[in-house]
Amino acid sequence: MRGWITNPWGRPRFLPVIAWLYLVWSIVPVLIAVQFSFNTTRSTSVWHGFSTRWYWGDPVYSVWNNPGLRGALSQSLKLAAIDVVIATPIGVMLALGLARWRGRGSGASNFLMLFPLVTPEIVMGVSLLLLFTQLRPFTAISTGTAAQILGHVTFSISFVVVIVRGRLFSIGREYEEAAADLGASPTVALLRVLMPLLTPAIVASAAIVFAISIDDFVISQWLSNGPNTTTVPIVIYSATRGQPLPSTNAIATIMVLITLASVVAGFAVYRLFTRDERAQRPAAQGFADLGL
Amino acid sequence: MYPRWLWPAFALPGVAWLLILFLLPFYAVVGVAFGSVDPILLTAVPAWNPLDWHLGWVIQVLSGLKPGGVYLDVFVRTVEYVLISLAGCVLIGYPVAYYIARHASRTKSLMLILLVLPFWISYLMRMLAWVNLLSPDGYVNRVLVSTHVISQPYGFLDGKSSTVIWALVYGYIPYFILPLYASLDRIDRSVIEAARDLGASPFRAFLHVTLPLSKIGLLGGAVLIVLPMFGDYYTPNIVSNAPTTSMIGNQIDLYFHGGPQPTIGAAITIILSAFLVVLMGYYMWTIHRASRELRSL
Repeated sequence: MRGWITNPWGRPRFLPVIAWLYLVWSIVPVLIAVQFSFNTTRSTSVWHGFSTRWYWGDPVYSVWNNPGLRGALSQSLKLAAIDVVIATPIGVMLALGLARWRGRGSGASNFLMLFPLVTPEIVMGVSLLLLFTQLRPFTAISTGTAAQILGHVTFSISFVVVIVRGRLFSIGREYEEAAADLGASPTVALLRVLMPLLTPAIVASAAIVFAISIDDFVISQWLSNGPNTTTVPIVIYSATRGQPLPSTNAIATIMVLITLASVVAGFAVYRLFTRDERAQRPAAQGFADLGL
Repeated sequence: MYPRWLWPAFALPGVAWLLILFLLPFYAVVGVAFGSVDPILLTAVPAWNPLDWHLGWVIQVLSGLKPGGVYLDVFVRTVEYVLISLAGCVLIGYPVAYYIARHASRTKSLMLILLVLPFWISYLMRMLAWVNLLSPDGYVNRVLVSTHVISQPYGFLDGKSSTVIWALVYGYIPYFILPLYASLDRIDRSVIEAARDLGASPFRAFLHVTLPLSKIGLLGGAVLIVLPMFGDYYTPNIVSNAPTTSMIGNQIDLYFHGGPQPTIGAAITIILSAFLVVLMGYYMWTIHRASRELRSL
């Protein structure tokens, strides 16, 4: 520490140790939890050998054979898929609208969009629960899958807006203006110039919405109405409060793999689509492709 | 080139969605908290007309926050947990973010990948990992016993405040480090070199240049983790599950899921939101300003 204080341009010695210790600490416990999903016995803390019993071998408690675990996995995937389908288009349109609409109500709408990002989830959970159980006509929806979907979309929209709007600002308006100068109608400029440029951000935001929806615990829990609407995080939560079996680790591992796969896929598509820009080729190339 | 109505029309579905499913639900909370309770069924009878509102429940909860009140312990404990966890995040997070932003060269991309990895590992999975590790026959206890630090397995999961704080730090620190890293990474090296050239000691250069320039990231990261920590109930439930470590969130959870008293739960939710609204406002203002700058570029 003293050496670093007197000579900060030299390599600081204690900092890399702290940084690497932190990174190891942040990842290794999860790897150990993954390891225990492959345990041969019922223990999640003592290692007895490798097996896939808790994934499909065990006739009662494995993820594949246990109706509760299987149901939770399919409910999680269902919520996430429907969330992506609804939240992505609404979010993309909202991003476009908020970025370019100047007039009464645009400032307030901007703040409204930012609010879900900073509201503690329990506050959102309580308010949606009371909406669906107390306020007519929303009581017709009540709790359950439909309410969970509505809740997931509500917290997802803002994430789509933030990602797409960032891309929108970095694109600028020149391309569309050039297209208009060359005779494109607003519809053509929007669909054939702006949309292709936004595609990487749209794909990335869809992947991220899928990931945050799969990982969400609070909203799913507050709006669930029993075993049929249990999701994977709810299963993990209840299991940790009782006696967790390695099958809990197994379903958690599957969930982590799904989340990581969707984020990596979204990132890869983003890189692929923006490859030309990073290679510093003239972005005007796009116009030639349009045949304008 | 586009018709003027186009952009508001694009924003309409999203704005309508958020008005109905984000803002309106707050009104549902207010209606229940300011309503009454059916004397026989003990169910909530919400009051939707502001003229019918009665403040009894909110006042009852507020008076519980006074010295000797029923909610004072929980409230003080929540603030303590959040502040200690925040301090832990700063103490661990600042050196890590500082090193990766300023000094890591060859290993920087690997470290960045590891830094964002916990973001995409479910919070519940990361808590489950510690439940496995801290259980009586878990790795932590076995290492401590075999190195004779302790003679018998320690009950980490039996309602220990230290375990809850440890879990909160572990759970939320990734969300703190990333904005901090971003703000440290943006600092222009030449301003620090200028401070050094002008005779500032390395420590003074850090104190007067680097630290102030990372203030936005530091505050942003802090607010980003403090807000969800104040609403957390699952972390204490998972790693402790004892009333001695319950936080405000647990209290709300209990009134909704433990017994038929949504009215008091709604009243606590309103008071918690009012308490947090200052922090939320600050954070939204900084995002708003950042996106304004982005737009003006």
